[in-house]
Amino acid sequence: MSARLRSLAGRLRRPERAEATASEPELAATAPEAESPPLDIAPNDPIIGLFESAEGPVDLDGLELDSPALEQLRAAGIKLAVPLVSQGELIGVLNLGPRLSEQDYSSDDRKLLANLAAQAAPAVRVGQLVREQEAEARSRERIEQELAVAQLIQQNFLPKQLPDLPGWQVAAFYRPAREVGGDFYDFIELGEGRLGIVIGDVTDKGVPAAMVMAATRSVLRASAQRLEAPGEVLARVNDQLCPDMPDKMFVTCFYAVLERESGRLRFANAGHDVPYLGTPAGEVEELRARGMPLGLMPGMIYEEKEATLGPGDTALLYSDGLAEAHDPEREMFGFPRVKGLTGSRQTGHDLIDSLLTELDRFTGPGWEQEDDITLVTLSRSGGAAMAASTHATELASAVSSNGADRTLTEFEVASAEGNERGAMERVAAAVAELGLPASRLERLKTAVAEATMNAMEHGNGYRPELAVTVRVLASEEALRVRITDHGGDQPIPAAGTPDLEAKLAGEQKPRGWGLFLIEQMVDEMRVSSDESHHTVELGLNLRGDEDGDWRD
Amino acid sequence: MATGATEAKAKVHDRGGVAVIELHGEINRSAEGVIERGYDEAAALGPSSLLLDFASVDYINSTGIALIVGVLARARAEGRTVRACGLSDHYREIFEITRLADFMTIHADEASALAEASG
Repeated sequence: MSARLRSLAGRLRRPERAEATASEPELAATAPEAESPPLDIAPNDPIIGLFESAEGPVDLDGLELDSPALEQLRAAGIKLAVPLVSQGELIGVLNLGPRLSEQDYSSDDRKLLANLAAQAAPAVRVGQLVREQEAEARSRERIEQELAVAQLIQQNFLPKQLPDLPGWQVAAFYRPAREVGGDFYDFIELGEGRLGIVIGDVTDKGVPAAMVMAATRSVLRASAQRLEAPGEVLARVNDQLCPDMPDKMFVTCFYAVLERESGRLRFANAGHDVPYLGTPAGEVEELRARGMPLGLMPGMIYEEKEATLGPGDTALLYSDGLAEAHDPEREMFGFPRVKGLTGSRQTGHDLIDSLLTELDRFTGPGWEQEDDITLVTLSRSGGAAMAASTHATELASAVSSNGADRTLTEFEVASAEGNERGAMERVAAAVAELGLPASRLERLKTAVAEATMNAMEHGNGYRPELAVTVRVLASEEALRVRITDHGGDQPIPAAGTPDLEAKLAGEQKPRGWGLFLIEQMVDEMRVSSDESHHTVELGLNLRGDEDGDWRD
Repeated sequence: MATGATEAKAKVHDRGGVAVIELHGEINRSAEGVIERGYDEAAALGPSSLLLDFASVDYINSTGIALIVGVLARARAEGRTVRACGLSDHYREIFEITRLADFMTIHADEASALAEASG
């Protein structure tokens, strides 16, 4: 196997090697008269085949061959050529002029030369290989050095710390590819509670990209201080970059100005990946604005748009290294995945972590990152998350600690027979967006109906003036339904397993299935009471594949 | 609040040794009288086996479970077997969780229940 590989490599490399024969000065110098010019043997010259198959030295005088190299050798006064062949391949030639005694080369001479060639060929080959390898190492080292320089430039120009913006959470992530791309991001303090936010990507990689990135960043910083409107800023940056932009290079860039108090975000986009804006309700808006990449041609106009980030909203800015990452089957991670996760109601580092985890899962182990990955999130505090945690009342222990609970619905049910069905349908409608499997939804409905019935009957004694409060909360991890009545003065009995045999035998009343059923239908049931209320909390895990299989 | 409640009904059919109690609507507390009368009517036919058909039932709550436990208890005392059919996957699961399924055979539909009852 290895022999075959080597001969294949040798065949492919022949042209290069044939040239090497002529450029070896120590070989050419064997010609007696002065310095002979370097000899170039073309890869298709028939003399190569002749030399490779020759057994020992070759007399040039008697040769009849249509070979330019042969002409050159004769013109240089060469009489005898001694091919150096290694592994069946011509790697050099010892060229000899006429004998000084003007006699022909004897058969002893020829034997001596043949032996010399046989011993010299492998040594020359080794020398050639060492030299090739040294050249390769030098070029590798140069590339590594370039990479290091590119990384240094890049990292030097990325923000050292995140802006401290009261009421906002700003998070950023940057991971260069081995061959550094031209990603960058920046935060620019603009005064009066305004913050400039930049994300961009220079085409090309390595040092040239890093240089253009550094230039773009400083031009942008200067323009942002002078001009207010993001569209004007990008137009100015474009005009300034154009004259000095290297051929076939350009910069995509999204620039936005955030007003801290109002949450107003004005933005313009020079051909960068469209950022997403996720709301606590799980909706995702695209922050679209038209504009050409920077550095292509001067005089461009950049559309300016604006959005308002409400409490709990998160904007995600990212580079194509994320969306255009490939899995082993060459499928792209894709924008829908990025967009979907932006709608997962996560903020800041949680959202960044989820995106990276999802990317890891997608690309699989051993993936070499193809391009730089840059992520910037901008989240406004408060909103549903805040409201949910302040509403947590006495059930604090049941609320997930990340405060990401949001209320899907809250309503009251009058205590009257049959009203549990309405409660059950309203809960079902509110959780529709979670896309629970049908069986799980049915179980939840039964649990809600049973708990509501208990609350109306045992808690409120079916007094129509007393209402049962139903509240549905969802976080990333779990769905919770809290059902509260006014029966705090009487304890809720512990749920046990009804004794069916005893009931069938008439030793027990047939009733008493409610709490047992509720417990079986959901992943978790918690009961809490104060002086005047009972609350039953029903919990369903939303993570993983817990199917809540009651048989276990 | 509009609950869209449908009142329970029970129709009884004699299928040669098997009395079918075809239940309709919601099986909850309000169905108590309906089920009792249905059972009386079926028992009057003197069957060895009762078949509860839930195909037209859209809701069973824990009180309804208790009513079915009552039917089972009475049938056992009278030496009649009880079969059930027409349950949705969800209620079939509930019959299994509550172990009602240990005391009655559950069939997909009336035809297969009757075929097995007579075979």
